[in-house]
Amino acid sequence: MNAALFLSAILFVIGAAGVVVRRNAIILFMCVELMLNAANLAFVALSPRAGIDGQVIVFFVIAVAAAEAAVGLAIIISVFRHAESVDIRNFSLLRW
Amino acid sequence: MVLILALQEAAHAAPEAHAAFEPTLPGLIVLLPLIGFIINGIAALVAARAATRLRALTHGHAAHEAHGHASHDHAHAVATHTHVEEAHDAHTHDSHAVAAHQHDASEQGHDAHDHDAHPAGHAEEPVPTGWTHTLPSLVAPGVMALAFIIALLNFFGMAGAELHEPVVRSYWSWLPVGDLQVDAALQLDQLSMLMTLIITGVGLLIHLFSVGYMSHDPGYPRYMAYLNLFVFFMLVLVLGASFPLMFVGWEGVGLCSYLLIGFWFREKANADAGKKAFIVNRIGDFGFLVAMMMMFVHFGSLNYVEVFERAPELAFGGAVVTAICLFLFVGAAGKSAQLPLYVWLPDAMAGPTPVSALIHAATMVTAGVYLVVRSSTLFAMAPTASLVVAIVGAATALFAATIGLKQWDIKKVLAYSTVSQLGFMFAAVGMGAYVAGVFHLMTHAFFKACLFLGSGAVIHAMHHALHATHSHADAQDMRNMGGLRRYLPVTFITMGIATLAIAGVPPFAGFFSKDEIIGAAWIGSAGELPLSQGSLLGVSGATWMGIIAVMLSIAALMTAFYMGRLMLYTFFGPNRTGDEERRHLHEVGWTMTVPLIVLAVLSVLGGFLNIDSHIPVVSAFTPLAIGGELALHGWLHPIIEGAEHVWESNVTGVGEVHHAAWPIILAILIGLAGLALAWVILKPETLGPPERTPAYKGGLEKALYNKWYVDELYHTIVVRPVYFLSRAFYSVVDRGTIDALIDGVVGRGSMLLGMTAGRVQTGQVNTYAFVIIVGVIVVLGAFVAL
Repeated sequence: MNAALFLSAILFVIGAAGVVVRRNAIILFMCVELMLNAANLAFVALSPRAGIDGQVIVFFVIAVAAAEAAVGLAIIISVFRHAESVDIRNFSLLRW
Repeated sequence: MVLILALQEAAHAAPEAHAAFEPTLPGLIVLLPLIGFIINGIAALVAARAATRLRALTHGHAAHEAHGHASHDHAHAVATHTHVEEAHDAHTHDSHAVAAHQHDASEQGHDAHDHDAHPAGHAEEPVPTGWTHTLPSLVAPGVMALAFIIALLNFFGMAGAELHEPVVRSYWSWLPVGDLQVDAALQLDQLSMLMTLIITGVGLLIHLFSVGYMSHDPGYPRYMAYLNLFVFFMLVLVLGASFPLMFVGWEGVGLCSYLLIGFWFREKANADAGKKAFIVNRIGDFGFLVAMMMMFVHFGSLNYVEVFERAPELAFGGAVVTAICLFLFVGAAGKSAQLPLYVWLPDAMAGPTPVSALIHAATMVTAGVYLVVRSSTLFAMAPTASLVVAIVGAATALFAATIGLKQWDIKKVLAYSTVSQLGFMFAAVGMGAYVAGVFHLMTHAFFKACLFLGSGAVIHAMHHALHATHSHADAQDMRNMGGLRRYLPVTFITMGIATLAIAGVPPFAGFFSKDEIIGAAWIGSAGELPLSQGSLLGVSGATWMGIIAVMLSIAALMTAFYMGRLMLYTFFGPNRTGDEERRHLHEVGWTMTVPLIVLAVLSVLGGFLNIDSHIPVVSAFTPLAIGGELALHGWLHPIIEGAEHVWESNVTGVGEVHHAAWPIILAILIGLAGLALAWVILKPETLGPPERTPAYKGGLEKALYNKWYVDELYHTIVVRPVYFLSRAFYSVVDRGTIDALIDGVVGRGSMLLGMTAGRVQTGQVNTYAFVIIVGVIVVLGAFVAL
């Protein structure tokens, strides 16, 4: 169980670091997914101790993540159509 | 006429009837003018819309036509210019321009700008026709006639009932604020009844006159709406049952006065005159407000009945009651144009002439006198304050009369005459001769309204004549008149009667009322009035009253003289209007002559309302007395009973009143001497048009012509310091301190803060994510650590 939690932590940190460091929107998106799955893994790993609730939440997270992936990818595609790039450094138009 | 018959009938009916007085529809008297205002106001709004549309149409035309006669103000100068060239040859045009130039130079631009612009000044403007201009002719005098009839009904009822206590009709609770309870209530008693009759009666005549005088003005419905609104507020002023309600009317008539003085507001001088009246009145209103607050503190109420009931509880002649009375008098001096607040009234002549007759001669300006008589119980308690009132009144009477001697504008003479006559009234009420003051108020309303309307008729005729030939001569300058009695016979006779009345020639109205005032001053100087016992600045009241008697006598002499001068220059001698113009001079229409005739009749008969058979000479007229001897004295007695009670319990050792014959004979001689002097000294034959007659000759004449330079004095000691102060406040306090603080500290500070904080927002998602993560770690860390 500790090993699973440890893996979850490593995955989460990799994901967070990716979000902060990387510029490509798709990579960013993948990193977010990685963080979600790290959280899922933590829920599952803790369920023997904390009960079945964690496993239920995992299903919800997967469902939400699927919806989010659909919306997020759609946005990225439409952005790419518009700007021919998915580099997020180019998208700071709403800044003051 | 109706009024006098009514009084006569009432006096006969009085002894036998004792029924309780039940007022008939008193609220409707007040409400009717308001209804008139609403109807005329709607007509005015509709007419204004129509005029705007019409102007937009004709404006396009005027741009094409160089002639531009039908266009409005902007094209006016051009239009008249072309006309002059068309009508006369080049030579006349040149001399005309030169003459106008000299005219300005000789008059130092003083009164060149403050003239009654009626009606030629705006005749270029299209006059809308249709219901908006016919309905007010019906509505405005109509509501006045109805109000007058209801007032008469109430008057008969009151006269038949021998009323001693005022009848108060309360409609709803208006100001229920803590201890202050003020109802919207009307008070009917002998004083408010008399004032209501004067307002609705004289008001009706002036409304009728206005139909003839103003119906060709583009703003006619607006004019009638304002006039009706004025009557409404004036009735609230006199009929209100408490000081706050009187104040509502007081402010309301001030507003209407402002609106009507500046009626032809396109000319800046007229708008300025309205503003001046409003601002000067504000000073007086401040006094009124302070007096009201003091009364509330000391009496716990502001209703007349309660205030006058509790007034005798204060110390007789004490500081409190003296202060209340002096503050009340500040208010009265503002509204009634007494020294030093009189300056607005002469300028108020910028309004249409019927307005001058109604507001600035017969009704509104007498509100101050009404206030003092209404508060007679308080003024009786304060002999010192009363003496101040009397002395200021007498000084005003004399001061204004001197200025009236040397004015060329026919309305300016009458304006200063009004200030002077108001001074007489204040002298009377200040000496405790309250009935004499009201008596003069009434007769003055008759003869001064007649004089003003007469001058209006003269100006109307002059304007018509000058307009017919496109002359630019001044229709109000007496130097342009002369010999008008041949062209305006009705106006001449009626104004002549009113002149004899104001000069104090028996048996005209002014003789009885004015001589009652001067007589009271002589009696007071013998120590025979209760207020003779008062003292001011260490000088006894009796001495002061002797001085007042002399001042008033001199003022009366001057009154007779300047009125004689006005009549001589206007109606006698050769005509100076111009050969071309003379053919267009003719008498005005019936709507204007009928009010003149009625007022002239009242100026003859008004004096017989109050004949005291104890006074020698006057007693000769006793058989002619209307409504019995002392009709007005008897009628108003319940009003001044409070004051008499105060004197009975506080003043002792007042001598028996002795009426001597000599003051009356002196007064008659003064009146006749003034007229005779004018006739002998002044030679209208030697007078020429303004460009050939200098406005003044020597130093004294110059000072008189320039109104003793009071306007200039006020400009220096009041207006300019105020300007200076406001500029200082503007640059130092507003710009230098407040703006600097806001702009410099607050504005720049937040801008700097924004610029700094703005750097955090990079627009890069990574940065935000990083900040969020750091934030989460910090928060979690804090949780763990704790």
